[in-house]
Amino acid sequence: MREKIALAILFAAAVALPFLMRALDLPGGTGVATSILCLAFAASSLNLIIGHGGMISFGHAAYYGIGAYTVGILWEHFRQQEPIFGLIPGTDQLLITLPAAMLMAGLAAAVIGALSLRTSGVQFIMITLAFAQMLFFLFVGLKAYGGDDGMTIRRRNAVPGLDLRDIDQLYWLVLGVLCAWLFLQWRIVGSRFGRVLEGIRQNERRMRAIGISPYPYKLAAFVIAGMGAGAAGALMANYMRFVSPDIMSWQKSGEIMVVVILGGIGTLLGPVLGAIALQGLEFFLGGLTEHWAIILGPILVVVVLFGRGGIMALVNRLLGVRRG
Amino acid sequence: MQRRGFLAASAGLTSVLAAPAYAQGAPVKIGMITTLSGPGGYLGADIRDAFQLAVEQEQGKLGGINVQVLVEDDALRPGQGKSIAERFLRNERIRLMTGVVFSNVLGTVAPDVLDADGIYVSPNAAPSNFAGRECHRNYYTMAWQNDTLHETAGVLANTLGYKRMFILAPNYQAGRDALTGFKRKFGGEVVQEVYTRLDQTDYAAELAQIRAARPDAVFQFHPGGLGIGFLRQYAQAGLLSTIPQCVPNPSMDSTTLAAVGDAAEGVNLTSHWNSDFQNPASQAFVAAFRAKYNRLPTYYAQQGYDTALAIGAALRQTRGSIDPAAFRTAMLKADFVSTRGKFAFGPNQHPVQDWYALKVERVAGTLALVTKSKILENEGDSYAAQCRL
Amino acid sequence: MALLAEQLLNGLQLGVMLFLLAAGLTLVFGIMGVINLAHGSLYMVGAFGAAVVAQATGSWWLALLGGLLAAGVTGMVMELVVLRRLYARDHLDQVLATFGLILFFNQLMVLLFGRQPRFVALPAWFTGSVEIIPGVPYPSYRLLIIAVGLAVAGGLYLLIQRTRIGMLVRAGATHREMVRALGVDIRLLYTLVFGLGALLAGLAGIMAGPVFNVQVGMGEQILIQTFVVVVIGGIGSVRGALFGALLVGVVDTLLRGFVPGLLRGVLDASQADALGAALSSMGVYVLMALVLLIKPRGIFPAHA
Repeated sequence: MREKIALAILFAAAVALPFLMRALDLPGGTGVATSILCLAFAASSLNLIIGHGGMISFGHAAYYGIGAYTVGILWEHFRQQEPIFGLIPGTDQLLITLPAAMLMAGLAAAVIGALSLRTSGVQFIMITLAFAQMLFFLFVGLKAYGGDDGMTIRRRNAVPGLDLRDIDQLYWLVLGVLCAWLFLQWRIVGSRFGRVLEGIRQNERRMRAIGISPYPYKLAAFVIAGMGAGAAGALMANYMRFVSPDIMSWQKSGEIMVVVILGGIGTLLGPVLGAIALQGLEFFLGGLTEHWAIILGPILVVVVLFGRGGIMALVNRLLGVRRG
Repeated sequence: MQRRGFLAASAGLTSVLAAPAYAQGAPVKIGMITTLSGPGGYLGADIRDAFQLAVEQEQGKLGGINVQVLVEDDALRPGQGKSIAERFLRNERIRLMTGVVFSNVLGTVAPDVLDADGIYVSPNAAPSNFAGRECHRNYYTMAWQNDTLHETAGVLANTLGYKRMFILAPNYQAGRDALTGFKRKFGGEVVQEVYTRLDQTDYAAELAQIRAARPDAVFQFHPGGLGIGFLRQYAQAGLLSTIPQCVPNPSMDSTTLAAVGDAAEGVNLTSHWNSDFQNPASQAFVAAFRAKYNRLPTYYAQQGYDTALAIGAALRQTRGSIDPAAFRTAMLKADFVSTRGKFAFGPNQHPVQDWYALKVERVAGTLALVTKSKILENEGDSYAAQCRL
Repeated sequence: MALLAEQLLNGLQLGVMLFLLAAGLTLVFGIMGVINLAHGSLYMVGAFGAAVVAQATGSWWLALLGGLLAAGVTGMVMELVVLRRLYARDHLDQVLATFGLILFFNQLMVLLFGRQPRFVALPAWFTGSVEIIPGVPYPSYRLLIIAVGLAVAGGLYLLIQRTRIGMLVRAGATHREMVRALGVDIRLLYTLVFGLGALLAGLAGIMAGPVFNVQVGMGEQILIQTFVVVVIGGIGSVRGALFGALLVGVVDTLLRGFVPGLLRGVLDASQADALGAALSSMGVYVLMALVLLIKPRGIFPAHA
């Protein structure tokens, strides 16, 4: 019950945030909150495979980046009125670019996942990293789309009935999509598919013994997570109005992973809290000193060593919720 | 130095001649987004230090107007630069910005500032699009246009009589522009062009290609930390004694020179300014900078200093107003004594200035950048014709 | 032909550098089961230690000592304070904690030594070049790197195959629990192995100093490639690390040296160069993916 009340308060606060920022005379705050939501979105999708499937992907930023680049490339071709390969016209409609981003990221995840899932353990971590690095260098080499310097998306995508140039409306849109994703993920985790996935995470051999082949389940989860990251990337590209290979660098993959662990692995809202905490810490420490990383680094170490379960565990303890 | 470092304006009571009304009011906020961390961090630090030196010399004012300079680090990440710009624009309500070192960061910062009806004065990066078709009334460049750096190196290669050149640069926009710019003015034959990687530290493979190609000279663009590694390995491979280098100034500033050591002797380069310039403004600047920071200013520092002077001159005329139209009228007069001597804005609000040939030589036992001759006079840039303002 | 020979030599030299880093990483990986992202930080600490001592004393031998000491001590402290607590944790915790260590060490170096890249002079006897390939004077310092790397490889071989510690290391890499059960002081073994890895990383940093830049962030540039080497070679196998390092070194150098030239025959120059640079950057990762798809545990898997 207390959990539900806390959830309702959190949601209400999230919805009211733009008004609050205006009241506090911090108009830039809504933008920062939007980027935090996008990061939380990407981390949530990673959480599905790390927390519920036991697949530690060190290349999740690749799908985030593909989503962002899909928006960027479609915009570029829309601007120049020149179809891609002479076939696919560009567009600036979010209702098209968002599903397209999910499709492209999902395709990439299907190919990479199909190959990577032949390995496990450390090798899986490294092979996902290898594929992400390949994509990173591919986009660095793509001169037509800005290469290393990235590409600017001069105007945000259009959505009928909304004006995304207004940061508040963009924020609510991202919040809405994120909530929809979290709901979907909650349903997935609770379904038979989710329970099989959890079973595989705990003991793959046991699942095999009862006649379930883990590979298709793991691959399906990997693709769903890739699509989620793609959607997050598409929204991020709209917020930033800019895409560069930076968004798929290995440091970004690391950052997304940090958010998941900081927030609490395998919890629904953990990644959201993790994103708020990480960005908040960076912002706060950045205000204290130029050398903020020297404080943030040890904080991460301490969280790993002593704060098992991340922020979510702490919150649950505060709320008096017990988990089995 | 704090990351969000303030330069608290002393609301000094020392009344200045031509600074009435505004001077006593709220200070003009200037947002400086620059690169302070990573291998390119010393470039931004030099720009920041020199800019703040100019402000301190006027006791917290520029052109007699109180200013407050807010500095933030973009970490050479375009996305970070963009979010700082957004925060500056929205939270701090800053409408006058400067500081960006790298073109890719500028690509995200400048459009945001200009779209919000703000003013951007570039102390370093000047990519071709902002000089040509996408030039803007509120965008000013105080250093040069990127291509000019490399075009002048091409001119220098012609002057030095090199016929066959081997050219190389990292594979990113500024690197590709560098090779294009060089080829635009170089009259001889380019025997081979090679792209290196931005994250590369070992150049052995490229050096082997240079040796095999036997060019007259090498043109290479490797700014900051990259150039140090390249030059030292070049010298270690025994190439410097047989194949000379002719480079633009980002590949060889006084900081890289100190790090490279003896390996740099004999390198030819071009620049619009050097710390041995004899004009009084430059000498005073070099002396003040050395006194305060205990190091030789690089040309990045000089650009930061000139940027502060130019902004000061404009603020003096507008009496502290940063209304874009009034600011523009004042700024375009360039009514300040530049450390490089002559300075004027071209039609695209980029500099028109003289260029010099420099050489790394031994002066009283230590290596230094020595100005040799003037190679171009009143040189604008190749994109001015495309700009309609 | 001379060009190909020189490029092979360059590949060998890069491979040897990677081996010095990969040897320690693979042992720590294989025996303690720890993914140490901060291994690159030890490389950086070693390079800075040597650079600072060299600048203060001007002696190359003292610099060598200083660099090794700095890397070794940092490694031991790192093991005692943080990594020791991570052995029993899953890979995820290890990645996060050592990611935090990278942030810490990079910023610490900025605080102590600033952001400017540092200069280390070549040792006096190795400033020249040797014409070991006719017509190609090859820097003698790079030959020294190759020699040191191969000597370390030989030494490690003897250490692991011929000594009691080596026996425990081999046993630890294949049957970790069994070694523990047999009552070996596993903590001491761990600290020794970690210290050895730190020393080798430091040595790599010291050797790299006069050629590459000594600067903050130098560790991460080489770290990812080192991981590629370790995974290709097979985690826990020093022999695999040597093989993987030489393979990655040679493949990377040859791709960089020859792919753009080959592409120029097919495409126009500017496209060939851009594509060639992208392809050669991707090369080692493609190699790693291929190896893992054919042999999911690497070429010389230690855990049979």
